[in-house]
Amino acid sequence: MQPGELIAGDRGARAPRGDDLARAWAVLAQVMDPEVPVVSVVDLGIVRDLGWHAGHLHLVVTPTYSGCPATEVIEGDIRQALEQAGFPAPALERRLTPAWSTDWISELGRERLRAYGIAPPQGSASKRSLLGEAPQVCCPQCGSAHTELLSQFGSTACKALCRCRECLEPFDYFKCI
Amino acid sequence: MHNETLVPYLLLLGDSALVQGQRLCEWCGRAPAIEEELALMNVGLDLVGQARNWLEYAAELLDDGRDADALAFRRDERAYRNLLLVEQPNGDFAVTMTKQFFYDAWHFAVLQGLVGSNDERIAGIAAKALKEVTYHLRRSSEWVQRLGGGTEESRQRMLAAIPALWRFTVELAGGSDNEGHLAQAGIAADPAAVGAAWLKQVGETFASVELPLPKAASHFYLDGRKGLHTEHLGLLLAEMQFLPRAYPDATW
Repeated sequence: MQPGELIAGDRGARAPRGDDLARAWAVLAQVMDPEVPVVSVVDLGIVRDLGWHAGHLHLVVTPTYSGCPATEVIEGDIRQALEQAGFPAPALERRLTPAWSTDWISELGRERLRAYGIAPPQGSASKRSLLGEAPQVCCPQCGSAHTELLSQFGSTACKALCRCRECLEPFDYFKCI
Repeated sequence: MHNETLVPYLLLLGDSALVQGQRLCEWCGRAPAIEEELALMNVGLDLVGQARNWLEYAAELLDDGRDADALAFRRDERAYRNLLLVEQPNGDFAVTMTKQFFYDAWHFAVLQGLVGSNDERIAGIAAKALKEVTYHLRRSSEWVQRLGGGTEESRQRMLAAIPALWRFTVELAGGSDNEGHLAQAGIAADPAAVGAAWLKQVGETFASVELPLPKAASHFYLDGRKGLHTEHLGLLLAEMQFLPRAYPDATW
């Protein structure tokens, strides 16, 4: 041990307790995506792993898009929420592989997207849905399937812009990736 | 060994994405419609994010104290390894979309090859990027069809854009010896396969709206892979790098 480590040592390092991970998952379920503040990072499927390593909580987080400007904000929010819940200095690892897919958005997340006015991704992110024709998207306002695609790119990289031909409302569609 | 082989390849991928992304950002506030504004910025954002992934890996291999930001903002044009195509000015919307389409078709084919790279880091970055670039290619090919098969005016613009950019496609149809060696080692995408896939995509899209396919571009006197650029790159970098160079300690 070096002099000084008594003071400037590893802040808050401790052995894990029984309910730590369950508690941490519950905290993460309250951390919302800054762009879609009704869907948590857990429902979004970007928290890939949660464990205990070297006295601290250790998380693996995957970004949704390579250039998603919310990545740093989300990581900061996660860190802050965990610190406040009594998990000092959690370690966040950003991992690209396997690449995030909209298939990982939970059922609850999809329902919340719809309630928020964003049509959830339709079908799986297979090559066909990436390259093929536009999927059948239902209007999140009135439920009509009579909709059209206005632009492949909406208010953020993860959304396309659609319009309902029944209620005439424009809406975002969370596209398959 | 990496510094002479793998790093230049990562810079080709990263610098091309970065410069293309920067060019797209020049449309910010000037796009013909709000939907196009959003799309152009979103594609640009994807590309800048991908560039960061490539440049971070390059910086780790170089291990000379520079990070991805230093590579992006403190290298001069002769140290940039991007394709000549992407540094060309945006011109009108037909030039912008033709440039995007040529680049996307190349980019898509390269990433398809890289997903199977035996360098796991490269395969991971490519798998992520490929999903995004699939949407880019779909959009830009649709624009080529819409403009090429649209009004007399839009078709004339396309017929002017294609020959203006065609000479730079010599870099998309083939690669350097270094890339060939890396491909043989299972690390890089095979430049011959990429060139064939590129030509097939361009040929099919052009044929669908009866745009004439020029004969293959021949040798060009500059070479982006060697850092020999057109004058446009220096001007682009001057703007992009101004702030970090003028205020080296600036942070967000």
